[in-house]
Amino acid sequence: MAETRYTKDHEWIRREGDSATVGITDYAQNQLGDVVYVELPAIGKKVEQGGEAAVVESVKAASEVYAPVSGEVTAVNDELSGEPGKVNAEAEGAGWFFKLKLSDPQQLDALMDEAAYKSFIAGLS
Amino acid sequence: MAELSSQPLQRTPLYELHRSLGAKLVPFAGYEMPVQYPQGILAEHLHTRSKAGLFDVSHMGQVKLSGAAVAEALETLCPGDIRGLGAMRQRYTLFTNEAGGILDDLMVTNAGDHLFVVVNAACKAADIAHLEARIGARAKIEVLGGRALLALQGPAAAAVMARLAPETPAMTFMTAASASLAGIPCFLTRSGYTGEDGFEISVPADRAEALARRLLAEPEVAPIGLGARDSLRLEAGLCLYGHDIDTTTTVIEADLAWAFGKRRRVEGGFPGAAVLQRQLAEGAPRKRVGILPEGRAPAREHTEIVAGGRRIGEVTSGGFGPSVNGPIAMGYVETAFAAPGTAVELVVRGTPRPAKIVKLPFVAPRYHRGA
Repeated sequence: MAETRYTKDHEWIRREGDSATVGITDYAQNQLGDVVYVELPAIGKKVEQGGEAAVVESVKAASEVYAPVSGEVTAVNDELSGEPGKVNAEAEGAGWFFKLKLSDPQQLDALMDEAAYKSFIAGLS
Repeated sequence: MAELSSQPLQRTPLYELHRSLGAKLVPFAGYEMPVQYPQGILAEHLHTRSKAGLFDVSHMGQVKLSGAAVAEALETLCPGDIRGLGAMRQRYTLFTNEAGGILDDLMVTNAGDHLFVVVNAACKAADIAHLEARIGARAKIEVLGGRALLALQGPAAAAVMARLAPETPAMTFMTAASASLAGIPCFLTRSGYTGEDGFEISVPADRAEALARRLLAEPEVAPIGLGARDSLRLEAGLCLYGHDIDTTTTVIEADLAWAFGKRRRVEGGFPGAAVLQRQLAEGAPRKRVGILPEGRAPAREHTEIVAGGRRIGEVTSGGFGPSVNGPIAMGYVETAFAAPGTAVELVVRGTPRPAKIVKLPFVAPRYHRGA
């Protein structure tokens, strides 16, 4: 069973072996509003934990998406270029952004689990 | 304009209604305003273009100017023909500075025995001070603090209004009328900020919520927030003060020469008149234009515009146009690059991306100009 972890910047990351899938949380998509454009990283790009990895734009504004952990981009969700609204509809599923080959899987352990993230966003309001 | 974070936010008479409708409220020009409702900006935008949207614009300043020579007095501050404005007719004009720059843009209506003026929320304190200082001795200036302002915009607006006030279909674009809406005495103009047919409704503050609820009860009408108001006006090619026009942009650079009255072009007699007359005759160094990015990436305000490897201007409003279904922008470019069709590049996140200069507006206006 793949476990999902969360960042304070509202990315989620789901590990599958030595790879992981990254997206933005349902809370994040709800805060952004209608997503109209997503800029994804190039395949092969090396990203550092906390570094800028993608951009998501709503009608109102552009926001950065950060890499939850370090790794190399192995796949991106091309469907988002034609259907950016998928990020709103299925943020934590079909609206994923990119996949990473993990440089240091232990970085995941320091991220929030679902219960911790839920209490984190409950405290934001 | 910067937000004054030290001051508590003001609320409009519709604040409780916004909350009950589930609005997302944000600080805007010192007010707590609805940026969107649960429908979301995209749906609200498209609803306004297909049916009718109700906007709370009560944060804007409503001012009554009166006096025997009030039109002459106001003309000393703006390039518009105010003396020639017929009874119950409305006109767009601008307060200018000595450099021909813009202090604010405003709507002026000849309400018969006075002028009814609507100014931007962020500028209203400065506008009132400007009016007091410059024409206070010749005109009586009354801020209509006890009134709210609603806008009903969209192709169904006229049909909705006709149900409440049968005389309103006879009004044409940029005209005004006093009318009773659901028993509430209102002052209406057939105008707006969306490119659609529609009305702005000045209503006593204590009746504003009742009127808004009455309008929202009509099947075509949905509440629309400031987010969609911004995307609607951008598609319509309309300027947002503090972004597309300000004290550093002249009326001519802003491509608003149409608001420089024919008689006023000859006579002058307002701040910056000589600068605007000269730019009208000789051309201005830069011009406000529409910009269509070629890809899907929006180019936001302050995005650099380049051509031939050098900077030729900057985006002043940019985002996503829901009716265009793609990114749109406006900004200023050197006049040599202002012709529609000119290829330029927009530097978004460090990467130059192709775009072209286009004629404004992006969406054809549907104002009701009459037969």
